[in-house]
Parts: sequence; C-alpha cells; structure tokens
Amino acid sequence: MKTDSISITDQPIDYAAITEQVRSNECGAVVLFMGTVREMTAGKQTVALDYEAYPEMADQMLQQLVDEARDQWDVHAISIEHRVGHLTLGEISVAIAVSSAHRKEAFEAGRFLIDRLKEIVPIWKKENWADGTTEWVHPEIEAK
Amino acid sequence: MTVQQIQVRLFARARELANSDLISVQVQEGTTVARLRQALAEQVPELQPLSGQLLIAVDNAYAGEDQLLTETQEVACFPPVSGG
Repeated sequence: MKTDSISITDQPIDYAAITEQVRSNECGAVVLFMGTVREMTAGKQTVALDYEAYPEMADQMLQQLVDEARDQWDVHAISIEHRVGHLTLGEISVAIAVSSAHRKEAFEAGRFLIDRLKEIVPIWKKENWADGTTEWVHPEIEAK
Repeated sequence: MTVQQIQVRLFARARELANSDLISVQVQEGTTVARLRQALAEQVPELQPLSGQLLIAVDNAYAGEDQLLTETQEVACFPPVSGG
C-alpha cells in the first residue's frame, strides 16, 4: 500500500519523482497536475512570482485536503508538493499526483485537490511585473 | 478585567503592511476572535488596507468569530490565500 505524501519546499519540484511516488501495479491511471508560472495575466507581463507559506498550517490543511479527497474517491495514492520562494517564468509552483484503479477517480480527485488547495491552504503569491512593480495576489479582494 | 497580550503571526501582505511577522495585541482576558479583530484594527492601523478581508487562524486552523482566545494558542492573521 502506497502512503500519501505532502510537502512544502523551497527547492525546484521534481515532478517525475512526485509521479513515481503514486505509481503502482494496482493502478490503471495516474493523473499529474502542475501549476507553472505564467508570463501574461490580463495583458500584464510577469517576470517572476514570490510564494510565501504559513508552513505549519499549510501542512495541516494539505493533510485535510488529502483526507477530504479520500472520503469522496477510491484513490490509491496522493502526492502533493508546493514550492515557496522566488520562481521565474515556467517554473513549477505546485505538483499534485493521484493514482487510482480507473481514470475517473484520479481525474476527479486531482481536480478537487487543486481547487481546494487554492481556497484553503495558507500560501500566497506576489507578482513581480515587468515594469518593476510588485503586487500580492489576493483573489477575494481583486476582481476575479 | 485582566489584560492579555496575544502574539499574532502575520503573513504575506499583512506582514509587509505591518513591517513585522509577529505583533503583540492587547486584549481583555477571555477575548474572542471577533474582539481580536477590533483590537487589531485599533492597535495596528497599518493593516487597514486589508480591513474586512483578514482571516484569523488559531492553532493552525481557521477560527470562527466566537472562538475564545488564550495566550498559549498560536494565533495568525493573513489575507485571502492565493497559492497554486
């Protein structure tokens, strides 16, 4: 039986390793989601994102997400890693891998995990715009 | 009524506005999360741009407004999250 894995890291995310953690001969499906640093947002150009976490609480909330996913779907294993620090264009900010016997559960649980992560896990990002200004992203304050 | 000092950890824009990752807020003993919000607004006016948006966590979990606070709990205050 594979164990679930959650972590917050300041090192580049090894998405192949995250994926391998959930692979198993019991599974016919593995879904990997990655969040990556996008250059353009609503016409504005980004050069980098700074991520900050409340690490102790983020760990607890990630564990809660895993528990919530397991309550709803029969998945084999879940692995989630979120990066903090200074990330440049294209770098991976988050990777979520889910394995299951059949694809439906892995897709649905993976979608749920990234959506809930964005709602409740205490991690924040700050845009470093190409014009030299910076701006914290706080979704409920700004228009979505 | 006895006065208590509650230590509050700040994150992201709240930390930058207050220019500190840990602040001390004076409250009456047996205070609630809602009263802590009022005390924060009065004693840390730098947080005003986030007024009405700040979230409060107690011992690594989101706190309800009526939750009672003690000096031994870990209290944190931060804006809406934006990870991923």
